[in-house]
Amino acid sequence: MSALPLLDEEPPLLVVEGLTVAYGARVGCRDVGFELWPGEVLGIVGESGSGKTSLLNALSAKIEPAAGRIRYRLRDGTMADLFDLSEAARRQLLRTDWGVVHQNPRDGLRLTVSAGANVGERLMAIGARHYGEIRGSALDWLGKVEIDRDRIDDRPSSFSGGMQQRLQIARNLVTNPRLVFMDEPTGGLDVSVQARLLDLIRGLVADLGLSAIIVTHDLAVARLLAHRLMVMRGGEVVESGLTDQVLDDPQHPYTQLLVSSILQV
Amino acid sequence: MEPLLDIRGLAKSFTLHNQGGVTLPVLAAVDLSVRAGECVALHGRSGTGKSTLLRTLYGNYRVGSGELWVRHGAARIDLAQASPRQIIELRRSTIGYVSQFLRVIPRVAALDIVAEPMRARGLGAEAALERAAALLTRLNVPERLWHLAPATFSGGEQQRINIARGFAVEYPILLLDEPTASLDGDNRTSVIGLIDEVLARGTAIVGIFHDGEVRERVASRLYDMTEAKAA
Ligand SMILES: Nc1ncnc2c1ncn2[C@@H]1O[C@H](COP(=O)(O)OP(=O)(O)OP(=O)(O)O)[C@@H](O)[C@H]1O
Ligand SMILES: [Mg+2]
Repeated sequence: MSALPLLDEEPPLLVVEGLTVAYGARVGCRDVGFELWPGEVLGIVGESGSGKTSLLNALSAKIEPAAGRIRYRLRDGTMADLFDLSEAARRQLLRTDWGVVHQNPRDGLRLTVSAGANVGERLMAIGARHYGEIRGSALDWLGKVEIDRDRIDDRPSSFSGGMQQRLQIARNLVTNPRLVFMDEPTGGLDVSVQARLLDLIRGLVADLGLSAIIVTHDLAVARLLAHRLMVMRGGEVVESGLTDQVLDDPQHPYTQLLVSSILQV
Repeated sequence: MEPLLDIRGLAKSFTLHNQGGVTLPVLAAVDLSVRAGECVALHGRSGTGKSTLLRTLYGNYRVGSGELWVRHGAARIDLAQASPRQIIELRRSTIGYVSQFLRVIPRVAALDIVAEPMRARGLGAEAALERAAALLTRLNVPERLWHLAPATFSGGEQQRINIARGFAVEYPILLLDEPTASLDGDNRTSVIGLIDEVLARGTAIVGIFHDGEVRERVASRLYDMTEAKAA
């Protein structure tokens, strides 16, 4: 048994300081800061328009922030400033070390090629060339996300919403990323399908020791998946802390309102 | 011997911002030390803050003011100052909590719910499931239920799953919120047996036991909640 990871000798994977995203005069998110450690799941909650997706897009280097810093620990242990990296290096990170699971699977999948190609493509992007191995990995991952292996040659456009979302997860995880961003991963799915997907995400994150940042407006999802929560309103973080503490003993008026507005979490 | 749990001047109140901003003072000044092998029963009427105190000790409620020292291996940690990561680590290895009601996770079977804290501490799947099965047997949970998710179980069955989970790991500190509330005679006896065993092993317990018989049987002393109010 490891004695005391308490003293934080392990460095964080991601360090975010003063992050601000602006769309012209409109603020997407303002002055957001946090640290994320390996194996940790951070939930970002708040109602629509609260800045969750702006923050996620800046974190995953999809949009350039107006101010602030994002530092990321590369596999060799060095801490890189995300926006000091070249465009190519940043893109390489996104293809290998990071995964992004979009709310709408259509944004994260290619609907006109087969399920197998959707998974294999990410491997090819990092240099895999051996057809048999790529197909083998794809089959393996379809199994892990509970998609029938004999659907490998079907196009995702023939899949249900829940299957598409699971395929998107497989496509992202096949490269062994260390950090995964998820935007409302269970949004728009039936409750029964949601439960199964949540279960899958919970298992994969724990088994693979992934770090994840998950945006959701569903507090029950946040409770199930996240170690820590950040509550956002009007682009700012109003409260953050241990997930069950934030939900069971909310301090900020807005968090109290969110928690009291739902039936049961 | 140094206490495993050392509470000094703990205060806790709730401010309800969306209900006129009223503040409910619940705990004003808790001073309490608990040593290895001791079982302290929180004593007081409904609404005096017994559950609030237990939840605060588990880091589920935020400390208002005061100090809450927990012995963690060779270190001492003040829960009032601990980071979320430290609290998670304390819960993994030092503090166990049996809440009054089981919070069920969709689709996860009873056996896995009990095995999970052992898996989190690095025990192999087989050994964890074996111990989980032994605990469920001891608590008379019928084997046909083990592989089902407890959402549909009776109150008493859910409570026994919860107890098995809380006793699955040998936590140095154990918090029990009415562990025998919905149990009948035989099951109550099994729980008392489990409590006796961990006390003999040196676990420090803080508990709420409405059942006078159980309280008599397991408590080393009472902590009167009216003391928590005196400031
Ligand atoms: N999360 C919370 N937010 C606001 N008020 C709370 C919260 N938790 C507890 N309280 C209040 O704190 C007071 C003490 O409640 P608590 O549940 O600790 O009492 P108790 O002694 O355990 O009672 P019982 O014997 O009925 O279980 C009550 O007035 C309760 O409404
Ligand atoms: Mg109570």
